[in-house]
Amino acid sequence: MPVLHTVNKSPFEKNALDSCLSHALDGSTLLLIEDGVYAAMRASSIEPRIRRALKRLRIHVLENDCRARGISEDALIEGVGSVDDAGFVDLVVEHDNVQAWL
Amino acid sequence: MKIGLLVNEGPYQHQAADSAYRFACAALAKGHEIFRVFFYHDGVNNGTRLMTPPQDDRHIQQRWSELARTHGVDLVLCVAAAQRRGICDPDEAKRNAKDADNIAPGFRISGLGQLVEAAIECDRLVTFGD
Repeated sequence: MPVLHTVNKSPFEKNALDSCLSHALDGSTLLLIEDGVYAAMRASSIEPRIRRALKRLRIHVLENDCRARGISEDALIEGVGSVDDAGFVDLVVEHDNVQAWL
Repeated sequence: MKIGLLVNEGPYQHQAADSAYRFACAALAKGHEIFRVFFYHDGVNNGTRLMTPPQDDRHIQQRWSELARTHGVDLVLCVAAAQRRGICDPDEAKRNAKDADNIAPGFRISGLGQLVEAAIECDRLVTFGD
């Protein structure tokens, strides 16, 4: 499997998500962690970008980071998956490399 | 699988130290090996035994030290980053004529070569920072 990208910044604060999306190759995976999970919320100005990205990338959020920020499962954009800490480990193992967009 | 972690941020300042710890626990629970956690930049502040958080708060240093004790995780602080921030072991304290050391159990101070080695030796290197 290709690269697992992690983004830990809110897209409303930093441009880490945009940097990631403009470099990530088709078929790679994006995991949103920490404040990065805000990007996966439905009905924000970022939603169209995430929907476009979902056509070529797998996108996940880290469950605990969503819960810590009051983002419930049904507030997520359809197609965005949710993983727990064990799921994060599995994603790291499934992919050849992990790239953190700090 | 052999996994290395890089932590670039200090405790109680950024979520990186918590995210890295949770990841390490989950990986160990799944039977993977955490080969090394390399603490760089402000991350070296994870390794002072003098931190004294309130009793109802997590103790970030003790959590790491416990991982080293129970799972043999190698906790390495970057020497240059540690010197700048006043983190030293007995050897460093002596070499720099300090009257005390403050490194926590399970941690050791070494150079960037340890990060490069982790990147070579490990199947995956995961970065947590700001």
